[in-house]
Amino acid sequence: MNAAKLNRRGFLHVGASATAGLLVGFYLPERSPLAAQTPEGQAANAAKLNAWIHIAPDDSVTFMIHKVEMGQGTVTSLSQLLAEELECDWGKFRTEFPPVDPAFGFQGVVGSQSIRTSWDPLRKAGATAREMLVLAAAQTWGVDKSKCRAESGFVVNTSTNAGLNQVKLSYGKLADAAAKLPVPTNVALKDPKQFKLIGKSIKRLDTPNKVTGRTQFGIDTRRPGMVYAAIARCPVFGGKAASFDDTKAKAFPGVKQVVSTSRGVAVVADNTWSAIQGTKLLNIKWDEGPNANQSSANISKIFAERAQKPGVEVSKAGDVAASLASAAKKVEAVYEAPFLAHATMEPMNCTADVRADSCDVWASTQMQTMAQGAAAQASGLPPAKVHIHSQFMGGGFGRRGMTDYVTEAVEVSKAIGAPVKVTWSREDDTQHDNYRPASYSRFEAGLDAEGWPIAWTNRIACPSITNSSGQPPQNGIDRTSTEGSHDMGYGIPNKLVDYHWTEVGIPVTYWRAVGYTQNTFFVESFMDEVAAAGGKDPVELRRRLLAQNPRLLRVLELVAQKSEWGKPLPAGRFRGVAVVNNVGSYTAQVAEVSVNQGKVRVHRVVCAVDCGHIVNPTIVEQQIRSAIVYGLTAALKGEITISQGRVQQANFNQYDMLRIDEAPVVEVHLVESAQNPGGIGEAGVPAIAPAVCNAIFAATGKRIRHLPIRPEQLA
Amino acid sequence: MASIRFNLNGKPQAADVAPGMPLLWYLRDSLGMTGTKFGCGMALCGACTVHVNGNATRSCVTPVSSLAGKSVTTIEGLSPDGSHPVQVAWAEGDVPQCGYCQSGQIMNAAALLTKRPNPSDADIDEVMRGNICRCGTYQDIRHAIHRAAELKAAGGKA
Repeated sequence: MNAAKLNRRGFLHVGASATAGLLVGFYLPERSPLAAQTPEGQAANAAKLNAWIHIAPDDSVTFMIHKVEMGQGTVTSLSQLLAEELECDWGKFRTEFPPVDPAFGFQGVVGSQSIRTSWDPLRKAGATAREMLVLAAAQTWGVDKSKCRAESGFVVNTSTNAGLNQVKLSYGKLADAAAKLPVPTNVALKDPKQFKLIGKSIKRLDTPNKVTGRTQFGIDTRRPGMVYAAIARCPVFGGKAASFDDTKAKAFPGVKQVVSTSRGVAVVADNTWSAIQGTKLLNIKWDEGPNANQSSANISKIFAERAQKPGVEVSKAGDVAASLASAAKKVEAVYEAPFLAHATMEPMNCTADVRADSCDVWASTQMQTMAQGAAAQASGLPPAKVHIHSQFMGGGFGRRGMTDYVTEAVEVSKAIGAPVKVTWSREDDTQHDNYRPASYSRFEAGLDAEGWPIAWTNRIACPSITNSSGQPPQNGIDRTSTEGSHDMGYGIPNKLVDYHWTEVGIPVTYWRAVGYTQNTFFVESFMDEVAAAGGKDPVELRRRLLAQNPRLLRVLELVAQKSEWGKPLPAGRFRGVAVVNNVGSYTAQVAEVSVNQGKVRVHRVVCAVDCGHIVNPTIVEQQIRSAIVYGLTAALKGEITISQGRVQQANFNQYDMLRIDEAPVVEVHLVESAQNPGGIGEAGVPAIAPAVCNAIFAATGKRIRHLPIRPEQLA
Repeated sequence: MASIRFNLNGKPQAADVAPGMPLLWYLRDSLGMTGTKFGCGMALCGACTVHVNGNATRSCVTPVSSLAGKSVTTIEGLSPDGSHPVQVAWAEGDVPQCGYCQSGQIMNAAALLTKRPNPSDADIDEVMRGNICRCGTYQDIRHAIHRAAELKAAGGKA
């Protein structure tokens, strides 16, 4: 099947495919800040088809799913949207990741967007295809379509005149006739009360292969004649190899070849282990470039210096100067957060096979379209000659939105003239990531005589993610650096958030929940400081400031109720609360914490979530539990430090993850809602760090203003 | 180089590999058995866990040369069809998210249940803390291990 060859102009077109069956394509509007970087530029994004239904004569329905799976449940929940309206047999429902094709528009999974952007289009596509199958059946039987009903992969003839052998026809038998019909417009969607799949905890489609080891991740790719490679990269960002001696590397058993790449030296071998060992035996003289003296201490100093002066205004309300001057009490604080690596369990890897006239790439990527562009550039071939074979991802978290690992594999394959799998060691993965930016945040608040806040200022210094991605901030504002602050949900009459775009030579990128990961920690912790300074209960203060924000207020009330806020806990346990509105969803968390000799233990987390209409409750709950562990790992352990321009952490012994014995019991409470769905993959990350730190304050009177939480801060 | 003979998933295997080559890479690259995963290469994350003579073992630091005469089981050999009680419990609870660490989690849990058929939460903590799950499925893993213990006690295959 080649989607590009089909003629599609309107919202929904149908054509007979090369293989027999009904093929329906539909638009899925994609809001993407990266659209301009697609190989075809922004024009390619305009009204392109990007997903497909294929009904085969054997009645199987294949959903050519335009999104990829990195654990977030997309394959299952998007299938629920499509199948709900299609009325197909769930037991015969299949999914495949289609190739990258300009006809599909932008393909990628970012910003917890999959459900939000697919909610209407996928249901419409399913409904339209169902309607055509019904019409085909009506024509076959010579009855009015009102006498026909779609049901579990069949169209049933409800006409009283129907003969016994005409009672029903399967979708597989109707597909060819349906494909020849004109496409109906404005097919009505179901009333949500009729939903049979949406809103149900349907079992994940990807589970069976994930408990038997059969799931194919990018790193599992094997091709005929394939060799294996590992790459030594300059330990300093932006540096490159000046010269190298590969004598010892080439002498290692299994090593076949050593070649240069744009940012390092690749060792090619007949197995991955020999390739990795070979890189350790390379004697490389690095040209370390301009960042060779950078350090975490210096970066902190640069931030603090910049924050002495006003930055670019990002949001402003009322008269901050006047209200601060009239305040009965003032509170000030400085917060900092470190760089963080993504640490996907599947290290970066990519398999490429570059030929004279083609380039095939097998990759676990969050950005199929951009991977195609990167491979085209590295191979020197036009994008149409580049075939991206999307694989399951062993975690993404934003890291796999980058394409550096694709570029490298293509470079090596081109240089050696053979298919090659490039695998990153864990050390490579930790030390050559693009990181969650380090950030610095200065606050000042003014309280009235009753202790309520009347003024709030927040000055942020932070590197720009969009700049690292090749898009310098317009007017000096990168909202990924200030989100969680400039858009906080509290009604404070006088407010100012300003920003210093501060580059420090360390590459940064999107990290699960992006700017909210640091700014929600800052804002929700400082809000707790304001509550304490005004003598207010943290929930009481938030309740008052959220009076005009009903959805955030509702999750706050729910979490307060479910956590029994205000009721005594067992001795030694303390609560902290935090709320956030990100990715179109609303969450509130209460953490129950104890602190013993500086050691923090998070026992239980209660989380209330309003993510609009819920497609799969179990997947939503899974994502919240996952996000809380992800955010808690960062709060308790996460820190990438820089010395002499190098990342100091390499493997899990230096950059550890939360383990099962440290994971809290998480209780998720979902708000029923008829609103359009919000995102969920990132919704649970931001609030956990401040909820825990606010509980630590309740326990110890000590305020954590620098993450990660260290025992010495609490001693 | 000498051939190392051992038993792999119930069948005799003769391996001719470079000295020092870890089992992980022999399985993945030489044999194409990719169910066992690479995570860290230093026995820090548990993604590569297999059984050697029934004991949970990190294949990334286990040289093939150490396996002579031993018996190795990988996720491919745990059951022919995903019917091991641990796999059944995992599927029932929809434990995996990205799924990458789950072969190692399942192999470690299966070995735990062989030694402690009815593990306490503390037993689970002690053994399973060696396995990182970056998707944070720990709560689901804990439930699934208790469930697998029930299934096994009720006569599920081991």
